[in-house]
Amino acid sequence: MDTSITLTVDGRRHDVVVDTRTTLLDALRERLAVTSAKKGCDHGQCGSCTVLLEGRRHLTCLTLAVAHDGDEIVTAAGVSALEGGAGDDAPTSLHPLQEAFLAHDGLQCGYCTPGQVCSAIGMLDEAKQGHPSHVTDDLEESVDPADLDDDEVRERMSGNLCRCGAYGGIVDAIREVAGGAPREGQPDRPAQPEREAAR
Amino acid sequence: MTVQQARPVPNRAVGIASERVDGREKVTGLATYAAEHRDLQLDDPLHAWMVTSTIARGRVLRVDASAALALPGVERVLDHENAPRAASTDDRELAVLQDDRVGFRGQIVALVLAETPEAAREGARLVSVHYDAEPATVTLDAAGEDDFYAPEQVNAGHETDLEQGDVEAGLAGAAVRVEGRYSTPAEHNSPMEPHAATARWDGSVLTMYDSTQAVHAVAATLAPILGLEQSQLRVLAPYVGGGFGSKGLPHAPEVAAAMAAMAVEGRPVKLVVTRQQMFALTGYRPETISHVRIGAEPDGRIVALEHAAIGGTSRIKEYAEQTATAARMMYAGEHRRTTHRVAALDVAVPSWMRAPGEMPGMFALEVALDELAEACGVDPVDLRVRNEPELDPETGNPYNDRRLVECLQRGAERFGWADRPTSPQAIVDGDWWVGTGVASATYPTLWMPGNTARITADEDGRYGVAIGAVDIGTGARTVLAQIAADALDVDVASIDLAIGDTDLPAATVAGGSAGTGSWGTAIVQAAQQFRADHGDTPDPGVQTTGTAESYPDSVGHALHSFGATFAEVRVHRWTGELRVTRLLGVYSVGRVINPTTARSQFLGGLIMGLSGALFEESVRDSRFGHVVTQDLATYHVASHADVRGLEVDWLDEEDHLATPMGSRGVGEIGIVGTAAAIANAAHHATGVRVRDLPLTADLFLDVPPLP
Amino acid sequence: MKELTYVRPTDARDAVARVSDDPHARFLGGGTNLVDHLKLGLLTPDVLVDVSRLPLDEVTRLDDGTLRIGTNVRNSDLAAHPVVRSSYPAVTRALLAGASGQIRNQATTGGNLLQRTRCVYFQDVTTPCNKREPGSGCSAIGGYGRYDAVLGASEACVATHPSDLAVALAALDAVVVVLGRDGERRVPMSDFHRLPGHHPETDTTLAHGELVTSVELPPESALTRASDYRKVRDRASYAFALVSVAAALELDGDVVRDVRIAWGGVAHRPWRAAAAEEALRGETYSEEAVRAAAELELAAAVTGPDNAYKIPMVRNATAYALRGLADRSSERTGATR
Repeated sequence: MDTSITLTVDGRRHDVVVDTRTTLLDALRERLAVTSAKKGCDHGQCGSCTVLLEGRRHLTCLTLAVAHDGDEIVTAAGVSALEGGAGDDAPTSLHPLQEAFLAHDGLQCGYCTPGQVCSAIGMLDEAKQGHPSHVTDDLEESVDPADLDDDEVRERMSGNLCRCGAYGGIVDAIREVAGGAPREGQPDRPAQPEREAAR
Repeated sequence: MTVQQARPVPNRAVGIASERVDGREKVTGLATYAAEHRDLQLDDPLHAWMVTSTIARGRVLRVDASAALALPGVERVLDHENAPRAASTDDRELAVLQDDRVGFRGQIVALVLAETPEAAREGARLVSVHYDAEPATVTLDAAGEDDFYAPEQVNAGHETDLEQGDVEAGLAGAAVRVEGRYSTPAEHNSPMEPHAATARWDGSVLTMYDSTQAVHAVAATLAPILGLEQSQLRVLAPYVGGGFGSKGLPHAPEVAAAMAAMAVEGRPVKLVVTRQQMFALTGYRPETISHVRIGAEPDGRIVALEHAAIGGTSRIKEYAEQTATAARMMYAGEHRRTTHRVAALDVAVPSWMRAPGEMPGMFALEVALDELAEACGVDPVDLRVRNEPELDPETGNPYNDRRLVECLQRGAERFGWADRPTSPQAIVDGDWWVGTGVASATYPTLWMPGNTARITADEDGRYGVAIGAVDIGTGARTVLAQIAADALDVDVASIDLAIGDTDLPAATVAGGSAGTGSWGTAIVQAAQQFRADHGDTPDPGVQTTGTAESYPDSVGHALHSFGATFAEVRVHRWTGELRVTRLLGVYSVGRVINPTTARSQFLGGLIMGLSGALFEESVRDSRFGHVVTQDLATYHVASHADVRGLEVDWLDEEDHLATPMGSRGVGEIGIVGTAAAIANAAHHATGVRVRDLPLTADLFLDVPPLP
Repeated sequence: MKELTYVRPTDARDAVARVSDDPHARFLGGGTNLVDHLKLGLLTPDVLVDVSRLPLDEVTRLDDGTLRIGTNVRNSDLAAHPVVRSSYPAVTRALLAGASGQIRNQATTGGNLLQRTRCVYFQDVTTPCNKREPGSGCSAIGGYGRYDAVLGASEACVATHPSDLAVALAALDAVVVVLGRDGERRVPMSDFHRLPGHHPETDTTLAHGELVTSVELPPESALTRASDYRKVRDRASYAFALVSVAAALELDGDVVRDVRIAWGGVAHRPWRAAAAEEALRGETYSEEAVRAAAELELAAAVTGPDNAYKIPMVRNATAYALRGLADRSSERTGATR
């Protein structure tokens, strides 16, 4: 059954006809030709389709487009216009996190990358709001993005799979942008498995 | 003057760490993959959805598409009776919809073409397929002894069996003997971008964007099936979301997409393989079982070594993993026997997955070495050093530059190996057992002939460099420009590289860790010919095309890369959970062309090795015949949280016997030996010896204290 | 995915009426499981009644101290809620151990409880499954059994419930508030999910058309504050539990004043280990006593080759979880054990 909805994608308003069965991901990719959101599994098991939906990181494969009439979506193609970004939507400008991905080679094939970028931006915003994670020791302690260590970043980003294994560079990039203590060269600092302790 | 063979070039750009040139397109998501193209009149495609068999063996009696065709938006349903006829059905994996035979569960039995993906999916659900099922054999366990046979050769053209000396006598006379059965499960490559193609037939040319590691190979393979000349196929792959071997050879979905496009002339067809379908239709590493026997002197020097590998293949197309080939060249020892046997099963067609042969084979061999070290009371690093051969045991040839010992020693120092307690269960840290382990890594240096590159002088001192290579995330687009810059003696910024299109000069596959070396040699040769033809100040527009048929410096040498992997693991004493907390790989791979992208390749290999060590297992249901862990929630690959404490290092060297750049390959060696290092570390931590991957928590519950 | 009608009522009663009247209508919440099922062909509803934007998205403390969680509170917001973090840490821990950041932003409280098993055969329409298609048989029996139930399974079904949150709620005696055509009713967590028996197609005791509107946690107490959740899984994150334990422990010196134990990954529903609790209550706390109590609870377990590991694993995980709580208790009181 076709129905008409309005989506704002990367600052641009679209009136689009979708089938009630059309997922938000397919509405973006197949109906609006917005292919920055990637389809890796189509079942919420990889994170490649992550966008910022109404400001929060969100999968687009497990939700129907018709349920998002009027919503605002930002993909990795549009994050440079966000606060902290370069402030315009020229294709040459990048969000600082994207610059950091490049500097740390936090990507290889690039297919999971837009999802990683959106997820990281949303994740840092969650941290800013004080959200704890599975590896947060003290649930009552306040959380600050700059205080997130490697294990915190890894845990919070685990919904974004990368088969090329660019994880180290991604964590480095995120920590650089989060403003925490800079990491040196290789991600070779000892991990803290006790933190995770079969939690 | 004709440049017959590329000459070594001085390094200027090569060796410099530089940022990935296509990174901006990737971090914004603006890079376009196979299902994302709207150029070349590929707008408004029909969406194809595959209907796959629900029996493992038998015949399709009838395909009832009436309900599907009645759906609004469904345009066509192709089956074995109405699909276009193939000109060749020799390759049964690729003979899509050509007859009623079903060779495995998950085979394509119909194809729905519809105006929207929603209609296509629903149409596929409504196609009713009636079968005559036959008894099927789908697991190695179910195969009888008589079902195992010796293939004519194993993957990559290796000999099936090789025997030197008298293994039985050597084992009988050895002071120390270890023997074990080691296994690795079927594994799926699982690149993040599902296999996909968008194709359009205009009556004379089939244009296809494909997710492939080899555009020319796709054209060459598909043309005879489709009854076309190779020149009638244009295959493009500007961006590919990973492959790890699964996109190295064309598979059935690409044929289906091409065939469908030819059935609806003028209308593009887009086919995206679902994640679940990838577990049947796009290749995988078959299960392997290795029987390893080693006889040694009391000091650990190997006298006799046997590696007998068995595995499964598909009855419709043979693929024999070369599991035992590493045992032919890895260590010294007078008596040696390596064999491969496979059983033909009614299962999906296996194929390449990162380091075919070496990955499972070196798991077996390197765990066996750890057991030998334990049996002899010799340090595992020392044991490997003691078994260093002077000449390649397989061929008797000298090595190009075998530096395994240096990798082991540098790694041991960097890892802090000297402080390691000898016995297992020696380190407890809170609730965790802690242990460390080591394994060697190796990968042959392959070089593929027939690559062609074209150099064109452009305005303003710029140069166009064209070759049909593919960057599947390896960094090829970045490093080939570096190679071209050095070969032409210009800045990298002056190079305009074009790849990923069969309209460009022919190139071989991005695989076998041979892409950069083979393509790069062609670029160097073409550049040197270009300078010979046109000098240092060429007129804009002049061009030279060069084909690298050989790189003869390699003849008469055993060309291999080596490495050493060190792992630290923690095993939870209550729950058995195993976490890898440190992983170090030290590699000898010749000249590293771009430290940034090469490092990412090593890391990616290590992580895939870790993932295989701990998680990956394609569970095939013995009753149904298909893999039931057929998605990314049940087929686990390593997540962010699993990857900690990784380090990579490499030796400073160049190897002009291998390529004119001095480089060897970097794509595969990182996965080799990694699972063994982790299994050996788990043994050191707990005393539990695991010989079957993956190492899951249930194996480490209630570990008894060692006596 | 069959063609379907989508409606979004603005009132919960309208939503309930809409689904109650139509056997082919379903509620749509966050969608993380339902949309998955539509694509897999597991479900073919004609009508989806979107309840995800109903104003049931607040966490409120009632006068008696009960914490009421609206069904549309997203998993991430519930986990981050200050009262939940401090007074019901097992709930926060369970939520944070589940799924991923993105999914937690999308998944709702009620939807989390109503998610269905991840049994590979249930999710594969080409294989028989009694839960999906009653009477067709159970493919998991004799098949891939690593995640199968060890307690309370039947010959018809050996599936496990996948929720982490539900296990914590079971341990803390939460109550599910349900709106039906005939008004509201309150269902204790212990009566909310079913064992499979002869009808594995039915996961819960809800009638068609009944809508979860909120979940209530009892007033905070020393016990709820001393609660925790431990999850054992293959991958370090973003993986379903092999087994999990929600526990709460209140010690009086060495003596167990009160204890709660619920297990995930072992049964068709969150498994409240009542016999183990009973064995421990009033006894002197020791690791051995906890292990023995767990063994007692597990006496009726039935295992196969693929899932026998769950017996020692859940026993050890229980001992580990309670030890953590006991250690914290003695830190607080300065007692030494």
